[in-house]
Amino acid sequence: MSTVKLTVNGKAVAVDVEDRTLLVHVLRDHLNLTGTHVGCDTSQCGACVVHMDGRAVKSCTMLAGQADGANVTTIEGIAKGDELHPMQAAFRDNHGLQCGYCTPGMIMSAIDIVQRHGGQLDEATVRQELEGNICRCTGYHNIVKAVLDAAGRMKVSQAAE
Amino acid sequence: MYQTTYHRASSVDEAASLFGKSSEAKFLAGGQTLLPVMKQRLAGPSDVIDLGKIKDMIGVEASGDTLTIKAATPHYDVATSDTAKKAIPALAYLASLIGDPAVRYRGTIGGSIANNDPAADYPAALLALDATVKTNKRSIAAGDFFKGLFTTALEDGEIITAVSFPVPAKAGYAKMRHPASRFALTAVFVAQTKSGEIRVAATGASQSGVMRVGAIEAALKANWSPSALDSISIPASGLLADIHGTAEYRANLVKVMAQRAVAAAG
Ligand SMILES: Cc1cc2nc3c(=O)[nH]c(=O)nc-3n(C[C@H](O)[C@H](O)[C@H](O)COP(=O)(O)OP(=O)(O)OC[C@H]3O[C@@H](n4cnc5c(N)ncnc54)[C@H](O)[C@@H]3O)c2cc1C
Ligand code: FES
Ligand code: FES
Repeated sequence: MSTVKLTVNGKAVAVDVEDRTLLVHVLRDHLNLTGTHVGCDTSQCGACVVHMDGRAVKSCTMLAGQADGANVTTIEGIAKGDELHPMQAAFRDNHGLQCGYCTPGMIMSAIDIVQRHGGQLDEATVRQELEGNICRCTGYHNIVKAVLDAAGRMKVSQAAE
Repeated sequence: MYQTTYHRASSVDEAASLFGKSSEAKFLAGGQTLLPVMKQRLAGPSDVIDLGKIKDMIGVEASGDTLTIKAATPHYDVATSDTAKKAIPALAYLASLIGDPAVRYRGTIGGSIANNDPAADYPAALLALDATVKTNKRSIAAGDFFKGLFTTALEDGEIITAVSFPVPAKAGYAKMRHPASRFALTAVFVAQTKSGEIRVAATGASQSGVMRVGAIEAALKANWSPSALDSISIPASGLLADIHGTAEYRANLVKVMAQRAVAAAG
């Protein structure tokens, strides 16, 4: 057992876990942040993506110990109170989800994509960059539309800040 | 996953000494290969020793005619490094094609070459560029480092600290990605060294892992152009065959990827 200290969605937390515990299980089972999903558990689907120190990582493919001391943001941490994050709003407006299982990972990956590419996003880039996120429902079309829409909104909201 | 004990090493020496003290330890870098394997219970190390936070093992540096990538540098940092893009653009491009963005944020060059997957990208670059693998004990030429499927010259407990690449006159990489796994169905790295030597390496093709392709090297030596390979035919014997492609298909891919890589190298 080890004590793992993290900042999750801005809050300092400490959990005592077995060394074999994965980051995703700390989030879901110890912190009750069940928005982060486990889809495949084989590092392929991206349903478990969270941000660690600003980078979108698969939380099913990290030991909790590797994240010790890190700043983690999950899907629960991106809205401002009742105001959805522009990426969440764009997914809703563009019908970018059906069952919603892949959505938290999609949104966390998509925010990372927009942050890396800024205003230079086009459809081909979004499709290429989403290759680590699998969706069984939508056929991706509306997800891609949502990400492009959000890229515009995120630029506007950054400019306003 | 089986029970294990996690250690975070803060220096190469500490990692080596932790390894010596445990019964069946494994080094952990990005974990993008080792953790999936541990989750499937195909590996059950007593201890995992994390190299990912050792400062001396992270970074990309150029000095003179050598580009050095430290072993725990993630693929993303190589793909976006101005130093790497300037010295060997084909190598930064190769890093940008590995897996998906989340894998590239975590996976490292040291982990990739220590694992030596027969369809991994970096081994082709190391072999074609005649790179040197630096460990905590010695320096190993790429040609001596890769020893077949998932096998390398590394001894038990030996730690890769960096890989140094001589900057070539020209280099190019072309990859046919497996559409689901993103690994190379076949990919080829071509390089022309500053002294005029031509080296060509293919990954994803051979049953014994990354390989040099002599016939293509000879043809490019005579004429550095994609069309120089038009009449070449690569034998299918010894090449991988699976549901994704026959040995004959991969043999043809070796040639076509080499042509594209030469075109990209210019
Ligand atoms: C979905 C997915 C897609 C992928 N696609 C590709 C692809 O297209 N191309 C490709 O090349 N790879 C691909 N990979 C593999 C990826 O590149 C891994 O990052 C890489 O193979 C291992 O690096 P790592 O740092 O994660 O190593 P780890 O998983 O931490 O370790 C792997 C092995 O190397 C050993 N090791 C690690 N570092 C050192 C060191 N410094 N010295 C000695 N031994 C060490 C470990 O003990 C372990 O045995 C993919 C992986 C995933 C999950
Ligand atoms: S659950 Fe992590 S990648 Fe699928
Ligand atoms: S909305 Fe159902 S898996 Fe993507």
